[in-house]
Formats: sequence, C-alpha cells, structure tokens
Amino acid sequence: MRTLIFRTIAPYLTSLMVLFSIFVLLRGHNDPGGGFIGGLIAASAFAIYGIACGVSPVRRALYFHPMAISGFGLLLAALAGWMSLFFEVPFLTGLWTTVSILGLPVDLSTVLFFDIGVYLVVVGAITSIALALEEREHG
Amino acid sequence: MAAETVDISNAMVTAPATLGDWLVVAPVAIPLVFGAVLLMVRHETRFHAGLAIAGLMATFAANVGLLERVLSEGPQAMTMGRWLPPFGISFAADALGASLALVATLVAIVCAIYATKEIDATGRRYGFYPFMLLMMAGVGGSFLTGDVFNLYVWFEVFLISSFGMLVLGSTHRQLDGATKYAILNLVGTTLFLTATAFLYGTFGTLNMADIAGKVDAMRDTGPLMTLTVLYLLAFGMKAAAFPLNFWLPASYHTPSIVTAALFGGVLTKVGVYAMMRILVMLFPVERAVLADLIAWVAAGTMVLGIMGALAQSDIRRVLGFVVISGVGVMMAGVALGTEAGLTGTVLYAFHSIIAMTALYLLAGVMNGLGGSYSLHELSGLYRNYPLLAAFALLLVLSAAGLPPASGLWPKVILVRASLDAGLPWLSFAILLTGLLTTVAMGRVFILTIWRQTAKPAENDTVVAGRPAVGYAALAMLSLPILLLGLYPEPLIRIATVSATGLLEASSYLGAVFPMEAQP
Amino acid sequence: MEVALSVFVGIFFAVAIYLMLSKHIIRILLGVSIFGNAVNLTIFTVGRVVREVPPIIPEALQTPDTITANPLPQALILTAIVISFSFFAFLLVLAFRTYQELGTDDTDGMRVAEPEGEPLPPLGY
Repeated sequence: MRTLIFRTIAPYLTSLMVLFSIFVLLRGHNDPGGGFIGGLIAASAFAIYGIACGVSPVRRALYFHPMAISGFGLLLAALAGWMSLFFEVPFLTGLWTTVSILGLPVDLSTVLFFDIGVYLVVVGAITSIALALEEREHG
Repeated sequence: MAAETVDISNAMVTAPATLGDWLVVAPVAIPLVFGAVLLMVRHETRFHAGLAIAGLMATFAANVGLLERVLSEGPQAMTMGRWLPPFGISFAADALGASLALVATLVAIVCAIYATKEIDATGRRYGFYPFMLLMMAGVGGSFLTGDVFNLYVWFEVFLISSFGMLVLGSTHRQLDGATKYAILNLVGTTLFLTATAFLYGTFGTLNMADIAGKVDAMRDTGPLMTLTVLYLLAFGMKAAAFPLNFWLPASYHTPSIVTAALFGGVLTKVGVYAMMRILVMLFPVERAVLADLIAWVAAGTMVLGIMGALAQSDIRRVLGFVVISGVGVMMAGVALGTEAGLTGTVLYAFHSIIAMTALYLLAGVMNGLGGSYSLHELSGLYRNYPLLAAFALLLVLSAAGLPPASGLWPKVILVRASLDAGLPWLSFAILLTGLLTTVAMGRVFILTIWRQTAKPAENDTVVAGRPAVGYAALAMLSLPILLLGLYPEPLIRIATVSATGLLEASSYLGAVFPMEAQP
Repeated sequence: MEVALSVFVGIFFAVAIYLMLSKHIIRILLGVSIFGNAVNLTIFTVGRVVREVPPIIPEALQTPDTITANPLPQALILTAIVISFSFFAFLLVLAFRTYQELGTDDTDGMRVAEPEGEPLPPLGY
C-alpha cells in the first residue's frame, strides 16, 4: 500500500478527516453526530495514515500514547458527571452555562465535555487497536 | 432555554441530591476516575500501585458508607441525569448489592497490595492496575445498577477489562486461555442482550423496579417463561454453571496468580448476583417453575466441579474447579428461593469471594517459595514456613466448610434450607461436595505442606523469596474468614436483609420511585 | 414489516450459530459478529417499528403532538453496537495474535493451556 500517490495524499486526507471528525463531534450538540462517530472518523484517519506511512510516524504524530488519550477522555467524561456534585443534582445531569467569547455567546455544558470525553476514548481505543493490527502486518 | 419557565417536576427529579445520595454512585464513579488517571500515567509505573490502592481504599470507604446507610435506612437510589425513573437510568443499592460490592472491593484491595510484588514493571506498563480499577468499576456497577440494560453494559465493562488482565504477559498459555474465555464470555453476554431485547419488547421498560412492579400484570400475556429461561442460560454461562462452565477451567489458571485470584473471587459471583436479581426478584413465579431444573444444575455444578478438582495436579486448576463447585452451592439457594436458602447463598457468596481469592493468593505464595504450582513438585513447606502452613490450614478448612473457618455457616444454612424445602437430595449433594472438597483441598495441603521434602538441602537454598507481602495479604483475608467462622451473626443479618429484600421488593421499588409515582 | 424483520432475525441467528459451531476461530468470530447483529435487529424489531415521525418535539410544544418513532431501541442498539464493535476489534487482535503464536486457529489444536495426557496428581506420599 505504500505507493507514492497514497503516501503523498495520506497526510492531507488524514488532516481533513480529523478536521471533519471535530466538526461531527461539535455538530452532535444539536444535530446528528457526536463523540462516538466523530471518534471513529478520527481513528480511521490515523489508521489511513498508518497504512500509508507506517505505524511509527503515527505514534510520533500523536505524541501521547493512544491509551493515554483514551484515559484522558474517560477522565473528562467522568469529571463531567462529577460536576453535578457541586450543584446538588444527580450524577451525569447536564449543566448549562453561556459564556461570551469575543462578543459571541457560546453555550457550554457538561454534556459537551462528556461528548468530548467519548470522542477521545474512541479515538484512543480504536487507534491503539488499529495500530496494533497494522504493526503486525508490516512487522 | 425555554425550559426555565416550564414546570419540570413531571419529567425530572426536583429534590436536591445530597452527599449521602452520591454514595450510591460513588463505588462506581471513584474507580472509574482512578482507572482513567492510571491509564493516562500508564508509563509512570512507580505511581501505579499507590494510586490504585488509594482509589480502591476510597471506593471501599464509599462502600462502607453505602452499606451502613442501606442497612439503617433501606435501599437507596439515584437516577442519572435528573430524569424521573423509569426514563433515567437508575442506580439502586439494596443490602445485597451494597454488601457484595463491599466484599469485592475488599478483595480487590488485597489483590492490589499483593500485586505490588507479583506484577513487575512490564506488567504495570501494560496496564495491570488501570484494567483492575476499570474492572472493579464494572463489578461495582453490576452490583449497584437498577437497570437491566445498564447491567449488560457493566458486564461488558468488567469483561473487556478482564481480557486486558488475562492476556497480560502474552505467553502461549495465556493466549490460548484468553481466546476461549473471551469468545465464550462474549457469547454469554450476547445471550444476556438477546434476553434483554425480549424483556424490553415485553415490558417497554428496562428499569428493574419498574419491571418488578409490572410483572404481575404481564403474567398472562408476556412470554415470561422464555425470558426466565434465557436469563438462566445467560447468567449460568457467566457464573460457570454446569454444563456451561468449560471456559473457566480453560482460562483461570493461565494469567498471573493475582489476576486469577481476583477473577476466581469476584467474577463468577457477579453472574450469581445477576441470577438472584433477575430470577428471584423480577420473575419469582417463573423461577419457582424452573426450581427443579436449577436444583439439578446446582447439584451437577457442585459435584462435577469438585470431581474435576480431584483429577488435577496443578493447584491453580484445582482451585478453578473449586470455584465452579462453589457456584453450584450458591445456585442451590437460588433453586430453593426461600428466605433461608437465599440467605445461605448470599452468605456463601461473601465466603466464596474472600476464600477463593485467598486460596489463589496462597497458591501464589507457595509458588514463590517452592517454585512450582504442581502437586508433584511442591513439598515440605511446613518445615521452613510454619506460618504459611497455618494460613494454608485455615483456608483449606474454609474451602471445605469446616469450623472455625467461614465455609461452615453458609453450608449449614443451605443444608437446613433444602431439608426444610423437602429436597433432601440437594442437601446430600451439598454435604457430598463438602466431603469431596475436604478430600481435594486436604490432599493439596498434605502434599504441599505435610509431605517430607525429597531434597531438603536444596530446598533450603530456595529461601530467597521474602513473602512478607504475601503473608500480609493472606492475613488481611484470614481475618474476615475467621470472623465469618466464629462470629457470623452480623453477616448473617446482612444476608437475611438481602434475602428478604429480594423476596419482598417493595422497599426497593419505594427507593427507586420515591413519591409513589409508580406508573 | 415486523414479520419480515423477524424472518431476517431468524436467518441471522441461524447463520451465527452455524458459524459458531465451527472449529476455526475465525469462523467463530464471524459468527459472534453476526450474532451481535442478530440481537441488534431483534431489539429494533421488538421496539415496535413505527415509520411515522422522528421523535423530535416541536419548538413551541412540551410534548410531541403525534405518535413518533420510539428512540430508545435505537439508543440501545447504538450502545450494543459500540460495545460489540470494540469487543470484535479486541477479539480480532487476540485471535490474530493467537494464530501467529500458536500457529493454528483450529480449536482442537489449541491445547497449550490444557495439555492432553496430563499426569494424575500424586496418589500417595
């Protein structure tokens, strides 16, 4: 699979797919989309990069170990649930607030952070499995 | 944002959640957070043991608080995301779930301590402690959730973490065992999901309290018998009941001994717990119809299980079969379905969680000192390690159900309960199992501890291992074993409360639907 | 609609069980995967197939004004898909690794953990 064309295109394709995955993640706020499907898109982006350029460039590019990313996502999701503790509502209750960034109102919620957590868990777990499989194929 | 002007009390919980309410989710949420942190610092192996033990201690504290609250105030519930039950996912802790979660956390702490010696830096980097914490989150979730689909999710959480622990090391034996374990368990949980699909189709709800309230109305129209049989099949597979037990002896002797200790202690009991929760609490009439079948399965599991133990020469494989036989004894109480029978089952579950973990850890200590798990090679440990011999004697008595150890009282209760229920052959099976367990475990004791060592001079040179950690772990588990043997009243009381809570679910229902808003 | 779906569920279960009866791990895995899909389709079917409107409440109202499709089975299926997907991925890695290490995917040949012809335990001192 390491043809010149594929190797040349792969970085662009990967970055495009990661961008798209973040779009899908944030779109999940009010429309179809969300953390899981976004995470899958991002994981396939890294898988494509791995097929084209080998596994170690992917690991270098990710910087953190995929399982660490996954752990961070889990922590984020769990803490989003724990936030409810301070507002005297049950675990995992959605809490909303609006902040103003550069004059634009932005809705922030624990739901969003939970979803980002799911995104990171999926990216980490699936990427680590995909890279493990690719490593065996080439090594 | 129009919701502010709307009266939400028809859709959402309006009462503020106090810190006490949080105790219901804390035994799950705490290990989840610690597991996540441990995953993040996976390569900083020096922090692992401390973080994991701290996390489990915090979980243990939450469990103690929860059990104390449940015993004094009755079942507790919290519904996620403020939605009113049955629309939100409820967590509901009664005495059964809270006490089992507490005992499971206790043995997890001991295993975490033992693992400081057993699991080296490679194993830690691979993620032993994160997987362990996530597994305990899954186990705690299974014990405390009040929603059938959520129970399935927690099953999968602890299952996938257990895969990670099982293949730690990736030797040929482990890969072989893990493949069988993984596939058969996945089939088991998928069966569970199949049953849950039909459950949802029948009741239109997955909340256990809601189902318990509606089951009488559905009895004429719903396929409840089918559901019960499917659940029995699925949980029988999870609990390793004969004839669905073959994944257990194929895999439990392959991982590192501390993993085997945790699995042998905790995982099959989750299957037994689910069986009690679904079969006894939700479908009592259907369970009564199946009682004969369950009794035969129970008798088959306990007798054939222990006969398997008699044929093995590897201590770990002996213990795997003893675990299976214990599942059979617990299922006897499920088959009886009386208060006394269920009390015996719950008490036996406490005993089995602690004693099986202790026995596996004992095997680990023996391996550390004698360099083998084989009954052919281990010998003469008494000569050099009298303390080990004392622990071994206590644990053998405990597994065999002899005083002064913990196995006695649950078996006494179960034998009496089956005599009272008019099933003398079931009490005979329990007693026969006790006898055969005495033979199997007594032989382990005699061969490894008592037998004169063939080459005493060489054996003295092996005294390099310093089993301080192992002794500490065994001592921590021996205390509750002795307590359950010598002063069982408090635990019998908890078990009785658990059993009555299963048979008379009104307090459970009242906790989940606090305002009598039962649909 | 329900009848057609039920027939499909039956076919899926049959295929899955047939594949899981095989001795080869890879076929068992395919069987397990189809098994999962059979269950998902079951959940979908038992959740009552309603073709009408998506379960979205109009902005001005507090409750939906017509009968809508049931969203819960889809949430359950999504969860089950997520779980079975990650399991399948893990099992694939495990099975591949096992195949590489043990050199076989025939379960009859996988006797490393439980070797045949093991000696009996010592029958006396």
